[in-house]
Parts: sequence; C-alpha cells; structure tokens
Amino acid sequence: MIEIHDLHKYFGSLHVLKGIDLNVKKGEVLSVIGASGSGKSTLLYCINGLEPVQQGKVVVDGTDVHAKGTDINKLRQQLGMVFQQWNSFPHLTALENVALAPKIVKGKSKSEAREIAAQQLKHVGLGDKLDVYPSALSGGQQQRLAIARALAMEPEYMLFDEATSALDPELVGEVLETMRMLAEEGMTMICVTHEMGFARDVSDRVAFFHQGVMEEIGPPEQIFGNPQSEHTQKFLANVR
Amino acid sequence: MEPTISFFSGFAPKDLLFLGEAALRTMWISILSISIGTVLGVVFGWVLYEGKWAAALTVAPILDVFRSVPLIIQLVLFYNFAPIIGLNLDPFASGVVILTIYTASLVASVARGGIEAVDAPMRRAARSLGMSYWQDLRYVVLPIGGRAVFPAWVGVALGVMKDSALVSVLGYVELLKASQILITRTQEPFLILSIAGAFYFALSYPISRYAASLERKWAQ
Ligand SMILES: Nc1ncnc2c1ncn2[C@@H]1O[C@H](COP(=O)(O)OP(=O)(O)OP(=O)(O)O)[C@@H](O)[C@H]1O
Ligand SMILES: [Mg+2]
Repeated sequence: MIEIHDLHKYFGSLHVLKGIDLNVKKGEVLSVIGASGSGKSTLLYCINGLEPVQQGKVVVDGTDVHAKGTDINKLRQQLGMVFQQWNSFPHLTALENVALAPKIVKGKSKSEAREIAAQQLKHVGLGDKLDVYPSALSGGQQQRLAIARALAMEPEYMLFDEATSALDPELVGEVLETMRMLAEEGMTMICVTHEMGFARDVSDRVAFFHQGVMEEIGPPEQIFGNPQSEHTQKFLANVR
Repeated sequence: MEPTISFFSGFAPKDLLFLGEAALRTMWISILSISIGTVLGVVFGWVLYEGKWAAALTVAPILDVFRSVPLIIQLVLFYNFAPIIGLNLDPFASGVVILTIYTASLVASVARGGIEAVDAPMRRAARSLGMSYWQDLRYVVLPIGGRAVFPAWVGVALGVMKDSALVSVLGYVELLKASQILITRTQEPFLILSIAGAFYFALSYPISRYAASLERKWAQ
C-alpha cells in the first residue's frame, strides 16, 4: 500500500504540492489527471524519492520513503516507473536494456538476468526484438521496452508519467494496450495520463489535480459522469 | 665535392634501428601519460561537473593554467625547479609527470562534456530502476557519455603523442631528439625528418583507424 500524508513540495518558493493525502491499495489502478503544471509528475517523483519533500510523508509498504535511514535504491525496486520520454539505453540491445538492472542492482547472474529480460520483453510483445538496438525501434516499441525494463525488477507498483504523451498518435494504442494488460494482471498502478478513455475504462479511481491540490478523487463514473468540483468540470469540458 | 655521395654516406642501417628504438620511447612515454592522464582527467571532469562553484574556484583555474601555458615551458620549469623541492626526477619521469597533468587538464573538459551529454531524464530513469549514484555513473553515464566524446578524446590522445616530442628539450632521447642527433652527425635533415615523420604516422594512424572503426560500430 502507498500512503501519502499531508505531502508538501516546494521548488524554491514555488509551492507545487499543497498537502496531498492519498492512499493507494494493492491491486488498485489510479489515474491522475489535471492541467499542465498541476503537480502530477512531481507527485510521482515524490513517491519514489526522485524528489525530496518539505513536509508530510510517503509510506510504501510500511517504509517511509523520505526518512533518513531508508535504503532508497532498495525501495525503488518496488516502484517501477515509466516516463514520458522512454530513455532507452542506446548502447545496449533491447535484451541488455532490460537485463542490466536485475544484474547490477539485484545481483542476478548474467543468464538469470537475460532470462528475466527475455520473458518480460515477450510479455510486452517484443519477443522478436531481443537483439535489436533501441535506435531500430519505434517510439511505441521503445516505450514498451521501458515498461519491460521496469517490470524486470519485479516491482509491486508501477508509476506511469504520461507514458503515451510523446508518442505519435498511431503508436499510442499499443502502449495503452500494454498498460491495460498489466492492470488486468492485477498490477498496482498510478497513471498520470491525458488519455481520458484509458482513465475511464481501466482505473478503479481517478484523481483530479488542480494547482497542487487534489481537488477530487473518486470512481471514474463520478469524475467523468458527475464531477463535483467546478475545476474538474471545466477541465473535462476542455479536454473533450 | 659530390653532394649525393655525402647524402647517403652518413646514414647507416643501424641508424634506422636507433630511430626505431626512439619511436618505442615516444610510444612508451605517450602510453603512460595518456592512460594515467585520462584516468585523472575523468576524475577531474567529474569534479568539475559535480563540484559546482567549489570546483569552479579551485580545480578549474589550476586546469586552465596547465591547459594554456605552453607545454615546453611547463617541462623546462618543472625539470629545473623540481630538484629545489627535493624531487630529483630524470628527464623521462619529468616528462611523464608533465605530460600526464597536461593530458588530464585536457581530458577534464572532454569528460565533463561527456557527463553533460547524458541528459537528466536518462539518469532519472536509471535511478528509478534502483541503480545507485555510482551504478548510474558506471553503467549509464560512462558508456553513453564516453561514446559521445570519444572522438574528442582521440584528438587529445593523438595531440599528446605528438607533443611528447617536446620532452626532447630535457634530453630524453625519443623520436625527435634521436632525429636531431642523427641530423647533427649526418647533416641530412630531409631524409631523417622524413623517417621520423613516418614513424609518428605509423604510431598514430592505427589509432585513428581503430577509433574510426569503433565509432562506425557504435553508430549502427
Ligand atoms: N525541477 C523543477 N524545478 C523547478 N520547478 C519545477 C521543477 N519541476 C517542476 N517544476 C514546476 O512545478 C510545477 C508542477 O510541475 P509538474 O511537472 O509536476 O506538473 P505536471 O502536472 O506534471 O504538468 P504536465 O502535464 O505539464 O507534465 C510546474 O509549475 C513546474 O514548472
Ligand atoms: Mg508532468
């Protein structure tokens, strides 16, 4: 379970997250929507400790992410993350991209790591691209590679930060399909997304962020069918 | 007097051997200085990148001095002043010390550029997989940044190899010094300098070719 208590985040004097309280249970799929600059990415970075926080805390399976004694590199193995930009390691083949972290972070043997990698690449539909370099893959394939790379660490949670926003429109579908598959397999996911269809169909709950505040959270039927907050209504009217 | 006769009379086959040995010394002093200097330079480059203003006030100006003062002046100064502080180094060791520092000062900028070539999102992605700071540096920044600045590094290495000729001013008999000795004896600068030039070419050409083939391989 991910527990977020009264989380505040500042960039200098800019107050980016203004007291977020949020719990995400095992197996849940949460979509996070909201205008640009509302703090959605920052929330994910605070959850896996890529950004420090100034007040409040994030607790993942009982471990305080930002506490001094926390082994953050160990904790991050529980929190797979996929970014808007896929960040494939260009000097490694698809298989090596995925096998690298299991090998050096988890200390798996080379053959074990390669086996895990091959399995995860098949899982995301890249079973025929094992020895291909990222430069020969499409954006959609590279993003699926990034998903496989995160899954190879066998995380309990997956964080997606607009995983499809940088893709050509015709490539969005294959990545959403992969995310949908993970959700069906029971993966716990927090998906920052601009894909309202995905948020509506796949999520258990949808959270709407507005200027650093979580304005509204609820099942998709509520957020999309009967939004309570005026900001949510305005936002949805604009994206539709 | 017939000039063509004196042209060849001074140069004997054993002189070629003498030049060959000198070329090996050039190679040896270059390999030592370039490898140690590269390791130091990478460390300095990292300090420049991570050290922010602290590095800008300390390491950066020192490296600037070694980069901008002509190598020949550094060599003569070091060779003549090191004994004053109790360092009695022979010409070879003095040459290695100065060439190493000189290489390091050049490689530092190259290495810093290499680290900068790996953008923040890439490094965040590496860290998000659970890699430590050092694992990110070793397995992501080093190979990606290293490839980006490899051509610049090859340029530095080849430059240092040619500049190693300046160690001759300390009396170390490398390729250039050996040529000067032979020229004095035979009075045939054209022939001997051509041979010396051919040796320099033979030393650097394989390196450039190998570097180019590596770059081609990485580009695919
Ligand atoms: N490293 C940073 N330094 C300073 N300000 C930042 C930094 N990262 C984000 N911000 C600011 O924090 C605010 C929230 O940014 P964030 O990236 O979390 O928004 P977002 O909801 O993800 O927006 P988008 O939909 O554009 O990705 C923005 O005003 C942004 O300019
Ligand atoms: Mg964002």
